[in-house]
This record gives sequence, C-alpha cells and structure tokens, in this order.
Amino acid sequence: MGLFSNRKTHFVDSDVLVIGGGMAGCGATYEARYWGRDLKIVCVEKANIERSGAVAQGLYAINCYMGMQWDENQPEDHVRYARNDLMGLVREDLGYDIARHVDATVHKFEEWGLPFMKDPKTGRYLREGKWQIMIHGESYKPIVAEAARKAASEVYNRIMVTHLLMDKKKKNRVAGAVGFNVRTGDFYVFRGKAVIVAAGGASHIFKPRSTGEGMGRTWYAPWSSASAYALPIQVGAKMTQMENRIVLTRFKDGYGPVGAYFLHLKTYTENVNGNEYESTWYDDTKKLVGDYIDRHPVPTCLRNHAILKEVAAGRGPIRMVTKEAFKDPHLEQVGWENFLGMTIGQAVVWASQNIDPKHTNPELTTSEPYVMGSHATCSGAWASGPEDYAPDEYQWGYNRMMTVDGLFGAGDTIGGTAHKFSSGSFTEGRIAAKAAVKYIQDMGSDEPEVSEKEYESLAETIFQPLETYKVGRNEIVAGTVSPSYILPLHGLQRLEKIMDEYVGGISTNYMTNEWGLKRGLDHLQMLQEDLLHVGAEDMHQLQRAWELNHRVLASFSVAHHTLFREETRWPGYYYRGDHMKLNDKDWHCFTLSQYHAETNEWAMEKAPVYHIID
Amino acid sequence: MPTFVYMTSCDGCGHCVDICPSDIMHIDKTYRRAYNIEPNFCWECYSCVKACPQNAIDVRGYAEFAPMGHKVRVRREEDKGTISWRITFRDGREKNFVSPIRTTEWGSIKGPAEYDVPEKDALNSQELAHEPDALNIEGGLPALTRKQLKKGFRKGL
Repeated sequence: MGLFSNRKTHFVDSDVLVIGGGMAGCGATYEARYWGRDLKIVCVEKANIERSGAVAQGLYAINCYMGMQWDENQPEDHVRYARNDLMGLVREDLGYDIARHVDATVHKFEEWGLPFMKDPKTGRYLREGKWQIMIHGESYKPIVAEAARKAASEVYNRIMVTHLLMDKKKKNRVAGAVGFNVRTGDFYVFRGKAVIVAAGGASHIFKPRSTGEGMGRTWYAPWSSASAYALPIQVGAKMTQMENRIVLTRFKDGYGPVGAYFLHLKTYTENVNGNEYESTWYDDTKKLVGDYIDRHPVPTCLRNHAILKEVAAGRGPIRMVTKEAFKDPHLEQVGWENFLGMTIGQAVVWASQNIDPKHTNPELTTSEPYVMGSHATCSGAWASGPEDYAPDEYQWGYNRMMTVDGLFGAGDTIGGTAHKFSSGSFTEGRIAAKAAVKYIQDMGSDEPEVSEKEYESLAETIFQPLETYKVGRNEIVAGTVSPSYILPLHGLQRLEKIMDEYVGGISTNYMTNEWGLKRGLDHLQMLQEDLLHVGAEDMHQLQRAWELNHRVLASFSVAHHTLFREETRWPGYYYRGDHMKLNDKDWHCFTLSQYHAETNEWAMEKAPVYHIID
Repeated sequence: MPTFVYMTSCDGCGHCVDICPSDIMHIDKTYRRAYNIEPNFCWECYSCVKACPQNAIDVRGYAEFAPMGHKVRVRREEDKGTISWRITFRDGREKNFVSPIRTTEWGSIKGPAEYDVPEKDALNSQELAHEPDALNIEGGLPALTRKQLKKGFRKGL
C-alpha cells in the first residue's frame, strides 16, 4: 500500500453486511439472524451501537403503531395519512408494507423490556395521537442494541464506512464496503454478499440557526452525516424525492419536540397578539396548493407555511400556549419528561432562561432544513417493493433492494416512505434483511468478488487528508489558515452557506429558484474540487472530512432534484420562487436521479405514483 | 449544552469516550482525563453524562443562547431500572423527575437464533420473524392486491 504501509488492513468476510447500527440497522441485524442461522452477519457502526443514530438520546413516543389488535387503525389508514401529509406523493406499496408489520415489532419491544405507558381504563398502549403511543424510552436504543448484539456474528463499532465496493465480475452488483477505524486509523475491507445501508440522513447540510457553540443543537443529530445517501449515490443507485427536505416547527433554540404538546397536552399555538392565525392564510394557501389545504390533518408543510407568513407579516413569534395545560401537575410532568426523554437540551434552555411553561408561553421557531427518509419527509433511495402486490414498475428484484444488485436499504436510506419513524425504521430493516437472506440463498455459488485495485486505490483516497495536513502544516507558523488545505469545519461551513443561500435555507425564508440552484451547483462543484485538499490533523478530523464528503454528495442530489421539480409541492418546506404553485398536471410524480461517477453527471427522470384505490 | 469534565472527579476510565455518538469525548494526553474536544458538535444527548461512573461530567448550556447558573443533573440506575433528573433554573427553582427505563433484566432479550428454525418455505412468504403471532390479530398478515394500486393522479388523493 505504498505510503500507507504502516497502517494495518483488516479483511472481514460476511454474508450480510449491515452499514449503520441505528434503529434500521439493529432491525436488519436481528432479522438477518432469524432467517439466516448459518450466515455471517456483520454490523458496522461509526459510533457505538449502544447509543448511536437518531435514537441515541431516547424517545418519549413511538410514532408509528397501528394498533390492529384493538382495531384502532389498519395499514391502509396509515398510507392515506402519510400520502396526505406529503401532498400526495409517497410510495404507497412500501408504506403499506411497513404498516402491516410494524405492530409485531412494537410488541417485541415491549417484550424486550421497553416501558410502555398504558391507558388505565382500557389497558391498551396510551395514545398520544392517532399514530403515536407513549413510552418511557430513555433506554430505547440500549434495549434495541442488546437484541442486535445477540443476533450479529460481529459488531464493529467506531468504523466510518466511506465507500461501497462493487463486484469485479458482474456490473452493477455490490460486493462490500471500505472504511477506517476512527480511533486506530486501521483500514477495513468488508466483503458482503448482500449489503444493507442503514446509515443516517443529513443534518448540517443547510446552515443551522445556531452557528457558534450551539451549532450542534440541531433538531436532527449532528452525527447524521448523509451516509444513507452518499454511499448508494457513489455507486449509481437511483435516488428519489431528494428535494423533499423537511423543516420542523419546534421550541426555540433547543428544538424540543411539540408532538406530545399538541396531541397529548392539548396545547395550541397563537401569534404575538394572542390570536389564531392559520385561518388568516387559508385563501392564500389555497391559491398555491388547491384543495390540499382542506385535508385533515393539515399537512405539516402547510402548517409551517402559515407560521412563516404570519411571522413575515410582523405578528411573530408564534408561541405555544402551555399555561393552561401546565396547571395540571400530571400534564406538567409529561411536558418536562417529554424533553428529558428525547431532547434534554430544551430543558437546559428553559432552565437557563427561567422559562417555566406554567407561567410563560414559550416561543416556537422553524428549523433549518434536513434531509431524511423517516419523518414527515421521504428522501432516499429508489427501492423495489414487496413481491406480493407492488406494481411491476416498482418491482425489479427483492424487497427494499435498490437499483444496484445486492444493495438493500432501510430507515432514512429508503425514499418514498414517510412517517416510519423509529419503529418503522426498525421494521424496514427487518424487511430488507429477510429479502437479503433470500437474495443470498438464490445467489448460490455465484458470489461477488472485491477488486484489490479498487480498495487499494480507495485507501489512498481515504487517508489523503492526513497526508495533506502533514505536508501543508509545515508551510505555516501556526493557526488554521493555510494556502494548501482547508479544514473539515471550513468545508462544512461553506457547504451550509451555499445550501442556505441558494437551495432554500433559513436566510432566504426557504426560497430558491432556477438561477439560484444553478449558481448553488456551481459553488458545490468548486467545493467538491476543494475536498481533494481537505486536511485532517488526526483520526477524528479524518472522520469529519469523510462526513463532509458524504454531506456534499447528498447536497448535489438535493440541488439537482430541487432544480428538476418545477413546482412548489411543499410550501413551508421550500419554495421555487419561479414556480410558486403546486402543479399536479406535470408533477404528480416522483423525481429520480442517478449519479454517474465516471462522467460526474447527474441524470434526472420522473417515475409514476401509484395510489391505493378503495 | 456542551459537556465538560470536572478535573477532580474524572479518573480517565474512558467510558464517555467509548459511548459518545459524536466522537467528541477524548482523553487529554497531559492530564489523562476526559474532555469535550468539539463542543460545537455536542447534541447534549447526555450519553456520556449517564455513562460516567464518577459523575464527573456535567453540562453548561450553549453559551450562544443559554444564560449561566442553570443545571440539569441526571442519575441513571440500571439495577433499579430508573432514571432521575433534577432541573435547577437560573433563579434557583428546582424540578425533579423519575422515570422507568426498563421492565426486564439487562441482557435478558431472547436472541433470534434461540427461536425454532423457520420452515424452509417461510423464507418465500411475506411474514417476518414471529409473524403472524406477534401481530396479535386474526386472519394473518394483511396484504393488498395488485388491483388496489392504480397509476397516476386522482383528485382528492
């Protein structure tokens, strides 16, 4: 390995290789073992699966549970709900598939020891809302990780996977992945017959509202670095709905959750004058989106839209009316424990600012945009649907297989399936893993092979930032300014500024247009070129450098998709100023992109939407 | 609220280094004790605070928007299955909360390989592990038919 001869290289063989040990990855690992008793199942995680992914901190609710056993909801109800919230565009075949399995997952969580709140009258799970059930979920992730550890042949913590490896014999077939240990710097070559990408979506591609010490207090975890998208994009997997970034209305500064407040505590919002404001914007919104504004519940993006309009009219901030609900000591307790269970930082903000919601109605704000596939948004890879009912156009192989053979995905990785949340992500991991086991069984002896040339060349690429820093650092006396390199944080802040100003971030009130998007893409191109000159002082900074690489690649995808869709489908998430109206005639479809690494080009196309018809 | 570590309490055991999802708790080479190397990548998830056997890690709200003088302290007790919180406001007011964290013994989860090996044909079905039993419903796993999915825009959908 030339320059890197002192670095150890580890070769790990596996049958099922799971990348990412969050909710989806733990689900995949568990299910792979159930069906593949003799298979080698390897789970690779950038941090430590005990506390990794978006659920590291805990959760106070499970937001996707049908309650079929009590006839509370049926899977098709959930599809209608998600479709409605996403303004008509979801992969209904995939969404139904998660919904029909998710109750079994949730029942297992209870059996494993996750504490569920129960309705004292009925004994059923306590409902926060129609789809949400309330839990004491501080240890949600440790419990799920325990199940995954019992299933895996090996769990590799602290390995940042940077690239997938392709089969050297068959075109368009995955063969494994490479990465490095963020502590030792050792290089890892994972061979896998099937690979399941279960990594995280993207925070920190748009400039956050807090840019100093508080920049880590994004709503979505700062370690969600877009590997869910970058890994498949690099090898040419088709992506869908990458323009469908999400903006969250949350408590100011801490981004504490509002779901329990709205649904369980029955708090509500008002403008600075103490007035209801959503009806003020009804006619205005109707002109943009037509009868989508009449749906129930009102889609998340349209509720954001009303807030943005009201604040722009000078009647902000919007505040949550908590004073009434918090008079009830039980509801007060729920309100605080809700934060302590999943967004402790909000409790810190309120304690520090002497905000007691019993006496003060707290301010809300709209967050910077994030790209993810599991919340009220559905960016991600274009995946094959369930074999028993998915339309032919949605089916080319195995369930949850992307457009690359042997490459599966789950959770934030898979597009088109909004509102799966933690339980749905775990469930989708299970779906993908069962299909992956079947794929391996059908493969027989025709196994993929990694190319030595490919992984050795990747090793040089991966560790280059260390070399760049070492050489460049000698040029300057001290400090962070060098003519020969930029640091990962420099690159990240440039990315955030580009995306913010040109692709619809907070500083333009989520507005963009064709000219801006094209200019943004020019800037992204220059940033991508500069990434060849990122310098990393140590292994930790090397991790940051590769997180930045993944974020930039995902950002290209977001910008291309946003440019391609010439309408404003989700006002309140973002606006195409040159196409302000929703346009069902031309854009009631999915957008698909495919990156061609050899030419550095992006190809865009439309794909049809299939609806469940009663 | 980025974390910080009290010099006199930390013994350099590295539990926080091992658990931090953001890889920002590292051991200082001179003092052999832990510290937060990158406060601006801290999510305030408290994973390190909960994991510290010496209670040496605390949090000071982000200087960017959190005035000083507050505290949010936690004690997570796996043997008791509880987590206890004390919130202290800048003006001294206090709030205390205790929640359960687990209802079963740690380590007690039955691994998937401890269940009977599924029938060979079951790999071809749509049922996942433990289904249909774990769904707790009559009639088995729900399914759509291909006829129920129609292509294209339809008013009201």
